[in-house]
Amino acid sequence: MDVLYFAWVRERIGRPKDRIETEAATVRDLVEELRAKEERYAAAFEDLNALRVAVDQELSDFDAPLTGVREVAFFPPMTGG
Amino acid sequence: MDIRVQDTAFDLGDEARAFAERQKGMGAVVTFTGIVRDLDGGDLDVMEIEHYPGMTEAAIEKIAQEALSRWNLGDILVVHRYGRLRPDDLIMMVATSARHRVDAFQGAEFLMDFLKSRAPFWKKEVTGQDAAWVAARDEDEDALTRW
Repeated sequence: MDVLYFAWVRERIGRPKDRIETEAATVRDLVEELRAKEERYAAAFEDLNALRVAVDQELSDFDAPLTGVREVAFFPPMTGG
Repeated sequence: MDIRVQDTAFDLGDEARAFAERQKGMGAVVTFTGIVRDLDGGDLDVMEIEHYPGMTEAAIEKIAQEALSRWNLGDILVVHRYGRLRPDDLIMMVATSARHRVDAFQGAEFLMDFLKSRAPFWKKEVTGQDAAWVAARDEDEDALTRW
């Protein structure tokens, strides 16, 4: 699964993307796995209220299941326009 | 529907004119343009705009489809830049056409409200001393509830 990071999430983690093998059932489980990886991941995922998630390029939520999912992205609230 | 996400500049006059000229049977065209606003102290060097290639185009198309289903619109144009912009550069524009102006105005407002907080763009303000991500505003999120 590809895990993408944007804006300050990318900066905090120090890379734009990870390719990981995971058994995580939901986005929230995936976040727990990532938090346990390294301190910079724990820092990036410290406050989930400050984060948004997209699953296969659709806005989603942290309870979304990951079965068959190819791409998950984490980012702060968007500031377009 | 014409949706473009690009790093290059666009010409507002050319885009607006071309959009208006290709409409048939429409009585109204509304355009909105977003511009890089300098900081109060006037020391903004660069605004960096990041986006999520692939999702960005899909998210804008979904918003535009929703606008087409809610109002009687002829056509929609969205141009949004990413990359490094300077104060007073044009960031983006939307244009809508309709037989009557109310649809064109409301469609454009709807597009802007959703582009603000549902299209995956992030802005960073860079000054000589500092760089800071622009925080999303509660008002922008609240604006979605009126639709």
